[in-house]
Amino acid sequence: MKLKVLLRLILMMELLAAGCAPQPTAPTQFPAATAALPTPPPMNTSAPVEAIDLNVFAAASLTNAFEEIGQHFEAQHPGVTVVFNFAGSQQLAQQINEGAPADVFASANRTQMEIVIKAGGVVSDTQKTFVRNRLVVVFPQDNQAKLTTLQDLTKPGLKLVFAAKEVPVGQYSFDLLDKAIADPAFGATYKDDVLKNVVSYEDNVKAVLTKVALGEADAGIVYTSDVSGADAGKVGQLDIPDALNVIASYPIAPIQTSKQAELAQAFVDWVLSPDGQALLAKHNFIPVVK
Amino acid sequence: MALNRPSPVGRWTQHAWRLTALPLILLFSIPILMLFGRSSLQAIWENLGHETVIQAMLVSLGTTLTSLGLILLLGTPLAYLMGRHQFRYKRALDTLIDLPTVLPPSVAGLALLITLGRRGLIGGWLTELGIEIAFSTTAVVIAQTFIAAPFYVRAATLGFASVDGEIEQAAQLDGASRWQIFRFVILPLSRLALLSGAMMSWARALGEFGATMIFAGNFPGRTQTMPTAIYLGFERDFDSALTLSVILVVICFLSLLLIKVMVAYEADSA
Repeated sequence: MKLKVLLRLILMMELLAAGCAPQPTAPTQFPAATAALPTPPPMNTSAPVEAIDLNVFAAASLTNAFEEIGQHFEAQHPGVTVVFNFAGSQQLAQQINEGAPADVFASANRTQMEIVIKAGGVVSDTQKTFVRNRLVVVFPQDNQAKLTTLQDLTKPGLKLVFAAKEVPVGQYSFDLLDKAIADPAFGATYKDDVLKNVVSYEDNVKAVLTKVALGEADAGIVYTSDVSGADAGKVGQLDIPDALNVIASYPIAPIQTSKQAELAQAFVDWVLSPDGQALLAKHNFIPVVK
Repeated sequence: MALNRPSPVGRWTQHAWRLTALPLILLFSIPILMLFGRSSLQAIWENLGHETVIQAMLVSLGTTLTSLGLILLLGTPLAYLMGRHQFRYKRALDTLIDLPTVLPPSVAGLALLITLGRRGLIGGWLTELGIEIAFSTTAVVIAQTFIAAPFYVRAATLGFASVDGEIEQAAQLDGASRWQIFRFVILPLSRLALLSGAMMSWARALGEFGATMIFAGNFPGRTQTMPTAIYLGFERDFDSALTLSVILVVICFLSLLLIKVMVAYEADSA
C-alpha cells in the first residue's frame, strides 16, 4: 500500500514537470530575437480612445528598426499598441498561413511573401518593397581565426555558422556562394570548401549573430543592418564586394483578413514614409524611397 | 432510507461537476488527434524514407540512449546520497537538482554554451586540450542529460528512501557488505521507481529541443534531432515535420503507458 502511494506520487510529480512532446513552435527561442517591444501603456488623450492591438509579423532582421518604428507609430496613433512577432520570415509565413492573427507582414525576401500571397493571406500586388539590405561576413571581435579576406572562409578547421536555407538570409548566403564560384578569384571549389566548415544552420539571423558574437563560431553571414547600433561593437566585419553581394529586397503588405485593415495600411504607409525610411537607413538598411 | 437515496435529478447534479474536467481533456486530446488527422499512413510511410527524417531519428536514438546511460551511471549514486543520507544543505542541493526541470530550456542552452562553449570557463580549457564540444553530438548528449537527469534522480531518490532502514540493518547483521546490501536489498526493492524514473528521463531527453538548439546547433546527421528537425521542418517541409511529430507522440504515449501499467501491476502484486 505504501509502495503504491509512493509510486503514484513519483509519477504525478514527474508528469507535472515532464514535457514529453517537443517544444511548441513558439515564434522563436532566441532571447535576442524575441526581445519584443515592452508595450507602453496606451497614451492618455482627453477623449477616451479604444485600445487596439496591431499585430505586425516582421523578419528577425528588422527587430531593432521596427521596434523604433513601432514607438513612433504608437505616439501618432493613441490607443494603438503595436505588437511585434519577430522570427525568421519562413516561420512567420507558415504561422500566417496557419491562421495566426497578423495584421501586417514584413518579409525578408519575396519567396516568403509569395507563399503568403499564394495561400490568400495577402492580396497580390498590395505588397511593396520597403527596404533593401546587404550581406556582410561577421567574426568575433578578437578574430582568433585571423580572417582578412573572403577567401579565408575556406581555411580548414574553421567553424562557420549559417542560417538555414529556409531562412531568407540563409538562401541569400547560398546565392552569394553560387556567385563566387563563377568568379576566378574564388575558384570552382569555393562553395564546397566553405560549406565544409559550416557547423550549424540556425533558424534565424539573430541566432547567427549571437553565436558569432559569443565567439562560438569563427564567422557567419548576416545583414549589414544586423551590425548597426549597439550590435556593431560586438563583431568585426568583412565587406562583401558589390559584384558578389546579394541585395535582399524586403516586401511589406497588410494581411487580407486583418480586422484593422485601415490601421494596417497606415503602418505600411508609415514604413514607406520619409520618416520611416530615414529610420531604417539609420539601422544600416538601404532605403527604397528617397 | 428513502431520504438518503438521491432523486434521479439529484444524482445528475451530483455528477454534473465532472463536466468541468472536460475542457482540459479536450485541450490535450484534440490538438494531438489533429496531428494524426492531418497525416495519412501513406504519407508517414513515404516520409520515413526521407534522408533528413532518417538522420534525425538516428541522431535522436543514439543521443538519447547515450544520455540515458550517463544519467543512470551518474544519477544513481546521487540519488542514493539524497535518499538515504542526511546532511547539511540537503534541501538546497535538492532544489538545485530540481532546477533544470523548471528552467526554460533556452536558459539551460545559454548556460551550457557560456560554460562549455570554447570561450567558456570549462570549454576554453578543453579547447586548449583540443576538445571542442559546442556544435557536436556530444553537446546534444550534454544538453539532454542536463535537462532529463533530474527526472531519474528524483524518482530514484524517492525509491531509495522508501526502503525500510530495518531491512538494511538486518542484512548488515547477517554480514552483508555495503555493496551487497545495495545490490541485493536496496536495488531490488526500489527497482520500479528506478525503472519509471529512467523511462521518464528518456522520454524527456527525446523531446529536448531548446537547449540543444542553442548549445549544439542544427546540423543534419550530427546535431539535428527529431524535435529540431520538426522545428525547422515546420517551415520548409510540413509533411516531414508531421511525420516526426506523430512518431514522437506515439513513442511518448507508449512509454508513459508502459510505466503506468508496470506501476499498477507491481503495486497489485506487492
